Amino acid sequence: MLSLNAPRRRMLVLLLSLSTLVASTALAEMPTDINFNGDIDAGRLVANDRDKGNCVACHMMAGSDSPGAIGPVLIAMQTRFPSEQVLAQQIWDATAKNPQAVMPPFGKHEILTDQEFADVVAFIWSL
Amino acid sequence: MTQHTITLLAASLACVFSVGIATASPQEDQATFQAYFKSRFSSVAEDEFKNGAYAIDPIGRENWEAIEEFPPYENAISSGETMWETPFANGKTYADCFAGGPAIAEQYPHWDRERGMVMTLALAINTCREANGEQPLGYKKGPIADLLAYLTYESRGQITAVEIPSDDPRALEAYEQGKQFYFARRGQLNFACANCHFGNSGSTLRTEILSPALGHTTHWPVYRSKWGEMGTLHRRFSGCNEQVRAKAFEPQSEEYRNLEFFLTYMNNGLELNGPGARK
Repeated sequence: MLSLNAPRRRMLVLLLSLSTLVASTALAEMPTDINFNGDIDAGRLVANDRDKGNCVACHMMAGSDSPGAIGPVLIAMQTRFPSEQVLAQQIWDATAKNPQAVMPPFGKHEILTDQEFADVVAFIWSL
Repeated sequence: MTQHTITLLAASLACVFSVGIATASPQEDQATFQAYFKSRFSSVAEDEFKNGAYAIDPIGRENWEAIEEFPPYENAISSGETMWETPFANGKTYADCFAGGPAIAEQYPHWDRERGMVMTLALAINTCREANGEQPLGYKKGPIADLLAYLTYESRGQITAVEIPSDDPRALEAYEQGKQFYFARRGQLNFACANCHFGNSGSTLRTEILSPALGHTTHWPVYRSKWGEMGTLHRRFSGCNEQVRAKAFEPQSEEYRNLEFFLTYMNNGLELNGPGARK
């Protein structure tokens, strides 16, 4: 490293920062310190809001009229997912587990704010 | 970082390899595409696919048939007929550009060897106007939709028959780009055209039935109740792109013309039944 001349060092720094940039955008993973203290009632609103979660567009779920039929029914979630963390990962980016998944990556693509994400996870986990 | 780099490298290698593997010919694509829908909707008669969601949605169909009794596109047809018959300032008419007109919809889109690009009917109309010293028309709605409505109405009953000339590799390239567009995910919501209108066609988004892609190109321009007016196929393409929160391309852009080329080729064999009325 010490033997590198200045332009080479600059190039190395550029390459390193570019690779970090690529890693943090194209492969955005769910943060490990994600907040699991969402509000169930606020999450219900997010799940039914056309411009936010809009879960009901594809999923049948208790308390929502005229659901779509593309995704599975959201029921008994705590028996279907081993933890709230695993459910959250599915909502964050369903294509991580199944590249063919149609569901939008609500966390990865920043469709929801951090708070909305936490709220909707809490709500879906409660179903 | 290293793990990500390796993942990225592996992903790019996978891309290189999948491109390297012999891709299906347009004929093979078309056979697969049509067989998929015919088996997915096995109770739908072959000549019904041109009616889109109304081929598979009995309630929607009832409303649609009621609307078709007094078609909302009728004014567009008559305005378009007037445009067809009114000479340009130089005394010439559209008929001077389009031999055999006005029933010419079956000739589009086609590969224009001279220009090395996909020629659509809308683009041909503006090419004709400009060659005669007239201003080009906007591509999404308004007068161009009227003229298209008239030409399409006169072409009813013709059969979709797009050709991909095998002796011009640029045509195949345009087709492949359209296909790539159709299956590529885009926008914040990460949807490809195919996600809704291929794999989930016939399913419901809220109460909306997703129409099968087989039948998507037969009936343009359309009076869409949501618009409250006529619109072109490329207007619909941009609306779809915006719905998935992607930036739309310009109507008649190379992207949309190639998409139209691919999608219409997939619909070969279906009857042209435009202009249409849709929800």
